[in-house]
Amino acid sequence: MSTALNVLKADDFASDQDVRWCPGCGDYSILAQMKKVLPEIGIPPEQTVFISGIGCSSRFPYYVNTYGVHSIHGRAPAVATGLKLSRPDLSVWVITGDGDALSIGGNHFIHLLRRNVDLNIVLFNNRIYGLTKGQYSPTSVEGQITKSTPMGVVDHPLNPISIAIGAEATFIARSVDSNIKHLATVLKRAAAHRGTSFVEVYQNCNVFNDGAFSYAQDKATRDDTTIELEHGKPMIFGKNRDKGIRLNGLSLEVVDLADGKVKEDDLLFHDEQADPVLVYLLSRMRHPAFPEPIGVFRNVVHETFEEAVRGQIDQAVSQRGKGDLQKLFNSGDTWTVKA
Amino acid sequence: MSTESLSSTEKPVKFVSGITVRLVGDSGDGMQLLGQQLTNTSALLGNDVATFPDFPAEIRAPRGTRAGVSGFQVQFASHEVHTPGDTLDALVAMNPAALVTNLADLPKGGLLIVNEDSFEEKDLKLAKLNTSPLEDPSMENYRLIKVPMTRLTKEAVAEFGLGSKDADRCKNFFAMGLVYWLYGRNMDATLRFIHGKFGAGKSVIADANEKALRSGWAFGETIEALGHSYNVEAAKLTPGTYRNIMGNQALAWGLLAAAQRSGKEVFYASYPITPASDILHELARYKNFGVCTFQAEDEIAAVCAAIGAAYGGQMGVTTSSGPGIALKTEAMGLAIMLELPLLVIDVQRGGPSTGLPTKTEQADLLQVMFGRNGEAPLPVLAARSPGDCFEIVQEAWMLATQLMLPVVVLSDGYIANGAEPWLIPDVSKLSPIKIEHPQGNNNPNGPFKPYLRNELLARPWAIPGTPGLMHRVGGIEKEDGTGNISYDPENHQKMVNIRAQKVANAAKLLPPQQVLGPQSGELLVLSWGGTYGACLTAVQQAQEAGRSVALAHVRYLNPFPSNLGEIISRYEKVLIPELNMGQLRMLIRSRYLVDAVGYNKVKGKPFTVTELFEKICEMTKSAHRPNAVSTK
Ligand SMILES: Cc1ncc(C[n+]2csc(CCOP(=O)(O)OP(=O)(O)O)c2C)c(N)n1
Ligand code: SF4
Ligand SMILES: [Mg+2]
Repeated sequence: MSTALNVLKADDFASDQDVRWCPGCGDYSILAQMKKVLPEIGIPPEQTVFISGIGCSSRFPYYVNTYGVHSIHGRAPAVATGLKLSRPDLSVWVITGDGDALSIGGNHFIHLLRRNVDLNIVLFNNRIYGLTKGQYSPTSVEGQITKSTPMGVVDHPLNPISIAIGAEATFIARSVDSNIKHLATVLKRAAAHRGTSFVEVYQNCNVFNDGAFSYAQDKATRDDTTIELEHGKPMIFGKNRDKGIRLNGLSLEVVDLADGKVKEDDLLFHDEQADPVLVYLLSRMRHPAFPEPIGVFRNVVHETFEEAVRGQIDQAVSQRGKGDLQKLFNSGDTWTVKA
Repeated sequence: MSTESLSSTEKPVKFVSGITVRLVGDSGDGMQLLGQQLTNTSALLGNDVATFPDFPAEIRAPRGTRAGVSGFQVQFASHEVHTPGDTLDALVAMNPAALVTNLADLPKGGLLIVNEDSFEEKDLKLAKLNTSPLEDPSMENYRLIKVPMTRLTKEAVAEFGLGSKDADRCKNFFAMGLVYWLYGRNMDATLRFIHGKFGAGKSVIADANEKALRSGWAFGETIEALGHSYNVEAAKLTPGTYRNIMGNQALAWGLLAAAQRSGKEVFYASYPITPASDILHELARYKNFGVCTFQAEDEIAAVCAAIGAAYGGQMGVTTSSGPGIALKTEAMGLAIMLELPLLVIDVQRGGPSTGLPTKTEQADLLQVMFGRNGEAPLPVLAARSPGDCFEIVQEAWMLATQLMLPVVVLSDGYIANGAEPWLIPDVSKLSPIKIEHPQGNNNPNGPFKPYLRNELLARPWAIPGTPGLMHRVGGIEKEDGTGNISYDPENHQKMVNIRAQKVANAAKLLPPQQVLGPQSGELLVLSWGGTYGACLTAVQQAQEAGRSVALAHVRYLNPFPSNLGEIISRYEKVLIPELNMGQLRMLIRSRYLVDAVGYNKVKGKPFTVTELFEKICEMTKSAHRPNAVSTK
């Protein structure tokens, strides 16, 4: 959509605000990738709105020179839904954290997904409450020692991708803060999807939960601990691409390709339009038993919420004509008092 | 029988100035429908009307029990009325539970019409009665008319071959026919209603209900016990075209009008709650006005969605009742910080917690005034009657947009479900509400300043999509002008002062307080909200009785009208009647340091005129001329 005259650059999206995250925080990398892809997406800054809740991650809108609302804890999906319903012309992003989206805002989060409002959610999952200085979050792992769990977390964590598929989100993806090329691709694909795009980003909080995702971040290990989902391709991973994922009954299993007993054709082929059951199985692949999938889990097209809502409004106008207040007031039984 | 013989009675007709009837029965007996029809018909006859529907919170409380009693009271008169009436002229009771729970309100000599077919052993048991109240000697105190309604209705509709359940359902129209005969009510509107409602595809039901209605009428004309009927002449209302309107309906229509006046479309987000849900139902029907209704997952989502719409430049509105308003508080604080226009409408009900969902109360005033963290003032307006809901939401939207802040409108269950004649406004004469969305940068030396203010201290409502005006807003304290995050101590003090001053500036945009009655004297009655009708009537009666009393009904509760303090100072005493334990009184006392007296009641019921009249008399010196006026 850009012409020679209005080609956008990363600078067009840089705001004049000082970024106040801790040095070394994974949020920087996500911000950098976002600023890189926004011009490529090609929607001008004035048509773009970032809406966030509360948390370190939720400071994000201040750092991009678009329109933005830094709302209240957990409620960004609701604010964004209202904005998108009344202004379908805008490109809307929701920036949220694991506590923001899955704890206080869990209700809004699932309802946003099920409604399929055409916007993009990026969940910065650091498995900790960063802004409030290190309490455990709904994605903290069992046994995790935090300020509020000196003897270890006893709650069973929520799996954001499982929740998303449970709510039948139409676009579900995962990436990693330090895997910048991958992250940029996923963000662009999320933007391109019509409907709610949900992206979970593994984000390192180097102050309160350092290394939570080191297995997925370290260049040395990540080929063995993550698996890149590619539509239509067999699920292969490993530094030497010698391991695969096979469907066995209603379970997934890791199989060895090295000895040639298992063929590529026996593997699970990733299908972004697969049955939700399969997406659910993928979401349950957890380190260290499995490599954790990154990339697009699901990408299907459904009518968006605002199309359906706006469609009814248009239909009402075409069937009944544009509303006339005077006619409405005078409808039904009336009587006249003479002077 | 021909239609003509039904439309005019051959018995004598006694004209009276006003009638108060209460219709009571089981929730399944259609009492609300009956009441609404009688109200509408009376309004069409030119009477002034006021209503009080009173129904249980349960959808289908066990049949025939006291808990399941549903009632509808209406006063229609040839003079102005502002309340559903204190004293009943007639009580129509469809079963024993309804009779025993309402009889206390029927004065001696009152007309009591009962469906005697529903006073069988099993009915008495359901009402927890050992003996039939109809056999009680106290019945002699009333003009009791026992009507075998169930049997007569069944006989009347036999020709339509309905099942016994369907036939039985027609008996409320039989009762209605009898009431219509009794008060000379024209049946045309109700016949239109019957055929409109039951006509399509089920015309046997419509015909049967029509027959039941006409049979009830004929019964009145025939029985000897009713020697004459009554009638009430048209009231002398302001000339013009009228319709009957209910509070929630008027509120919804007021929103449509406010949107049209400001060139906006209504974005309405809500979560169902009694007694506010009817606003959602009503607005959902007006999509062809461009209204977007959003039934959110909870009240927090609803208010947040409305805020999102406001940021986008639309007319964001959210409604609820007390429990839902409690959930919205944090987001209301956000709207105050964002300085965006927003309407938050609270249709109050009995509280705290779930409280009395279907009953009225005025106990959310302090919640909406102060129920937020931090220094978070906002304007609060309160509707005084069903029709006033139409006006008040437009005033609220004017304030919200001119000052860039959220505004609370208070209604209550009594207003929401009550009805009154409404002078239909001329839409072409509604003045515009001017809104500007800036197109250009207001800062020659840098980025757009979203918090640069005009003379009313309102900030510009720049909306996404406007090139060059990109800006971020949020709940963190911000620097005035730039809107950048700021924790600076001086700036915070300044911003708190500005936000308070903006609310205070609302008084400049609103008319001064009016006083009804002497401009100074012994007693000022200060009222607010849905008690207006009762307070006005009581004050007028006390004035006629020679008492030195005036009424100031306050529609703007925050900020108070700028002349209110001066008005209060002109009276020796101030009485503040409220359906709470003294919330406006607390505000008035602290603001004006006046020793205001309260008259407080929290019984889920509106004030009676009598109790207020007596309180006024107690607080004023006896009349210069004898107290000749009855409290009726
Ligand atoms: C209503 C409310 N409750 C609590 C808080 C305190 N609070 C702010 S951020 C936060 C947790 C943030 O965690 P997360 O969403 O994971 O974001 P992160 O800081 O880790 O990016 C909490 C509990 C708040 N701001 N508002
Ligand atoms: S606390 Fe953690 S998440 Fe927050 S800015 Fe610092 S490193 Fe990042
Ligand atoms: Mg977190």
